[in-house]
Amino acid sequence: MTEPRYRYRGLTQAPTAVDAPPTGAGYPVAQPTGAEHSVAAPSRYAEVPPRLLAGWLRTNAPAGLAEHARDHGPLPIGAAPWLVEAITQAGLRGRGGAWFPTGRKLATVAANGAKAGGAYVIVNGAESEPAAAKDKLLLRVVPHLVLDGAELAALAVGAREVTVCVHRGVGLLPVLRAAVAERAAGGWGAGVKLSVVESPNWYISSESTALANFVNGGPGKPRSVSAYRDGVKGKPTLVSNTETYAHLALIARHGADWFRQAGTAASPGTWLVTLSGAVRRPGVYEVPVGVSAADVLKLAGGASEPWQAMLLGGYGGAWLPAGETMAQPLTPESRDVLGCVPGAGVLFGLAAGACGLAETVRVAGWLAAQNARQCGPCFNGTPAIVDDLARLTWGRDRQAWDRARFRMAMVNRRGACAHPDGVVQLVNTALHVFAADVAEHLARGGCPGLSQRPLLPIPAVPSPDQGWR
Amino acid sequence: MAVSAVADKLRVDMIECRAHGVCAEVAPELVALDEWGYPILADGAVPASLAKHARRAVTLCPRLALSLVPTDRRR
Repeated sequence: MTEPRYRYRGLTQAPTAVDAPPTGAGYPVAQPTGAEHSVAAPSRYAEVPPRLLAGWLRTNAPAGLAEHARDHGPLPIGAAPWLVEAITQAGLRGRGGAWFPTGRKLATVAANGAKAGGAYVIVNGAESEPAAAKDKLLLRVVPHLVLDGAELAALAVGAREVTVCVHRGVGLLPVLRAAVAERAAGGWGAGVKLSVVESPNWYISSESTALANFVNGGPGKPRSVSAYRDGVKGKPTLVSNTETYAHLALIARHGADWFRQAGTAASPGTWLVTLSGAVRRPGVYEVPVGVSAADVLKLAGGASEPWQAMLLGGYGGAWLPAGETMAQPLTPESRDVLGCVPGAGVLFGLAAGACGLAETVRVAGWLAAQNARQCGPCFNGTPAIVDDLARLTWGRDRQAWDRARFRMAMVNRRGACAHPDGVVQLVNTALHVFAADVAEHLARGGCPGLSQRPLLPIPAVPSPDQGWR
Repeated sequence: MAVSAVADKLRVDMIECRAHGVCAEVAPELVALDEWGYPILADGAVPASLAKHARRAVTLCPRLALSLVPTDRRR
């Protein structure tokens, strides 16, 4: 037997943040007041008013059922029979991270559901990206818009039940239960049974199959079988992001052509970006798909410090160099240029003095610690990659670079879900974007930014004895 | 022998796999192991000359994690 090329085990967890900013309760970022939208934006985008957040930006208060009815009109139950068609024509793509065409997903679940004798609908409000706040914001300020979308989707795919999943300790359970009760009391709805549950706060538990597994009574861990074939109660299950349902509710009311008035031809509509980092006014911004990072930054009053790089998508997203990339449209179709799809709308600007490698070690370590302990390449590989990166960052370990590259190629796309792929994408793009830092760290064992306090939020990881229920 | 319209490829259910490594012993042309002992499968259709080995690997997997699926199936 030949020895494996790399017999190497080390730390299983990256050095953790000492004083990470508090997260978990409420919103990690401030909300815009509405004035931002009148700030001089590029002319093409200034014409597109916010859709999902219009009411919130006007009143600065969550919309109860009365306000919701006034703003959006009655629930268009009559639209259900042609909803799959309308969503397909509207070109809506899922806003949870993958940007998968929602019409295709609806059609698949509807077809599978027709064969299986019913379907099920899950609203994924378990927003586990620490630097994202848009789903929590939507569920708090326009819960009825989200629930309308979910009920209409249920009618369209032939489901009679909808479960909304939210995280623990974020205060959303009572908000949504109140909204569901308000609908029942007001006779608002499509005859679909609505329930709200708190799913585990593990990062990986909001993956679609994990969420379906949890709602079905199992652990919040991914499965090998797609939820669209076999989800809750054995039924094909539609799992979509909170924001996706809110857009769907508007398309059902205003049609595909209206939806396409914003955004690009391949990715129409508006989307929610959670902007944070070295930014004057961090917050959730609703912008048309196709705007650039520079456009979003302009709405937020500009950078508070010069950016050296930005993190796009989420913690399994990609680092991009600041500079020219800032002018690129943030769309799934410019994936080749960006190196990733815009993911769950996270946009974080890294200040020039910070250490991108140290930030990446902490974030990747946080991700790796939350693997589901299911797939060997992931639960072995992701901590090993983080360890390599940590040794490169703190330890002047020249072989660590090679080892990380080798292991990233080895681990990529070999899990049942995309969790390892996200870790690989984050670390791989870090090695490229911070290539000059890599050289400096190897030569000097660090950089001036290394001792700075962490910038990207690192929430506490659920303890393993809490389990996955 | 049955001839299918679409050629088959090997697929592993990584959640079920426990790195026994039998597949790599039985069909080394199709299966390599990573540094932790988990299988890395050859891309694409199993050539006819190796079909027997592939089927044997599927049968012998102690976790029943290995299967042959049509090459046009995504996962």
